[in-house]
Amino acid sequence: MSRNTLPVLTVVLAIFLLWYIAAIFLNAAWAHDKATRSGEVLTAQTLVADTWSQEKPKLPAPHQVGTEIWKTTVEKKITSKRSLIYHSWVTLSATLLGFALGTGLGIALAVGIVYNRTMDMSVMPWVIASQTIPILAIAPMIIVVLNAVGISGLLPKAMISMYLSFFPVVVGMVKGLRSPDAMQLDQMRTWNASAAQMFWRLRLPSSMPFLFTSLKIAMAASLVGAIVGELPTGAVAGLGARLLAGSYYGQTIQIWSALIMAAALAAALVALIGFVQRMTLKRMGMA
Amino acid sequence: MMWLVFAFGAWVLGWWVNARLSALPRTRVTRLVVPLIFGLTLIAIWEGVVRGLEISAVLLPAPSMIAARFAASTAILWEDFVQTVIKGALTGYVLGCGAAFLVAILVDRFDFLRRGLLPVGNFVAALPVIGMAPILVMWFGFDWQSKAAVVVVMVFFPMLVNTVQGLADSSAMQRDLMRTYAAGYWTTLLKLRLPAAMPFIFNGLKIASTLALIGAIVAEFFGSPIRGMGFRISTSVGQLALDLVWAEIVVAAVVGSAFYGIVALIERTVTFWHPSQRHS
Repeated sequence: MSRNTLPVLTVVLAIFLLWYIAAIFLNAAWAHDKATRSGEVLTAQTLVADTWSQEKPKLPAPHQVGTEIWKTTVEKKITSKRSLIYHSWVTLSATLLGFALGTGLGIALAVGIVYNRTMDMSVMPWVIASQTIPILAIAPMIIVVLNAVGISGLLPKAMISMYLSFFPVVVGMVKGLRSPDAMQLDQMRTWNASAAQMFWRLRLPSSMPFLFTSLKIAMAASLVGAIVGELPTGAVAGLGARLLAGSYYGQTIQIWSALIMAAALAAALVALIGFVQRMTLKRMGMA
Repeated sequence: MMWLVFAFGAWVLGWWVNARLSALPRTRVTRLVVPLIFGLTLIAIWEGVVRGLEISAVLLPAPSMIAARFAASTAILWEDFVQTVIKGALTGYVLGCGAAFLVAILVDRFDFLRRGLLPVGNFVAALPVIGMAPILVMWFGFDWQSKAAVVVVMVFFPMLVNTVQGLADSSAMQRDLMRTYAAGYWTTLLKLRLPAAMPFIFNGLKIASTLALIGAIVAEFFGSPIRGMGFRISTSVGQLALDLVWAEIVVAAVVGSAFYGIVALIERTVTFWHPSQRHS
């Protein structure tokens, strides 16, 4: 129990409260509409009850989303196309593949940038410029083009995730690999350390805190990439497809449950990296 | 074959020139020229490879084709630019960042709120907020209002977290000094804490500038009137008019870089005193 627990809980409670109140106001129009058509008179109580239990509400109440998630995760078989776990797995696999590729590319680029002056001067500005291009905007094109070349399934989505996730890794690793100061580098030189030893024993270990911070950002970006990558595939499978299908058919509860699932996934993945970070840094004596 | 040789030659030449240039001492000129040559080399290689291997324009159009298409359809591009960037992204950016800034100042007054909102805000900033797009499109209709709403939601939390952190950045000593000057809350805020928070605020503004464009474009995938960059990209992909798609991408890239550049430029004039801005 840290001293932040109470304030955080209060804020979370306030968010839920606001959510319920917003649900009443946003769904009230539909409830009134229905009532006038069937000739009923709405009391405050029935109005609230109705706004919290509509089939296709503008804003579903939290408990409706909760039930939907429960129904589609626990009560459905995992192999079923309606199971949210199945869709989450589709998204998760693309996320993880893209994350792995992006991290690899990012670390490789960072090593190149740190050790090669020409690369530093010519590549680094483009790495930064590459992120001002809204890659998510061209995601549909990448998917379609790769499909035309015969690459389909996991890889196109992973490519988008990779593009989004390599950037924070490059920036963090360049900073990290350069973080040993002149004194430490001189110390290595007095021990007659080779370039390889300098890298493995000094630069790489001292870049670890930077790497983990970047990995957290990269993981979140990678998930966003995978979700957006699923939009143009025609809503086949994955959390992004659930979002799109939900928005086509006005299934707001489905959209919200996919959204909450994505949020939970992001939180779990980032927490996992945080855990690995704490373990690693503790073993290295840095935390 | 000729084109492949050209691509290879461009690569060798570009790399050689850059290697020579980067061996020189760093000046403002080399810092600008080296990446420029690298970019030109990439474009030359692209052109050479596409022509040399005769890659179909449906897969990857050559840069010259894209440039031709760009010049031919400036009217469409301008219409999309106004719809997506000016109406959608910019409105949302100003509203979202402004709201986050005001909320941050409010939150900062109450320690309880700050301790509660900061972890929640950090958490939300890491979520795939872009998924809210279909919901907001449903609430605010197909036109630019829903795009602006998506942008507001996307930029709000990164901006909030950065501003709150920035406002906490002045040291106790500095605040005590203000108190000895008999400065009230507002004077301290205006003269000490806001200026001290500026590096953080601009960090948030920079993050938000790239998010804004992405949000506005992706939101158009979920429904839009028959104009806008996201709409054009998704429909042109369907018609296999990839040269138009690439022309839109060029616009998006230029706008994105310019947006970021303008914010960075303002940052340099406002926070000239900060160590990261002092180039000797």
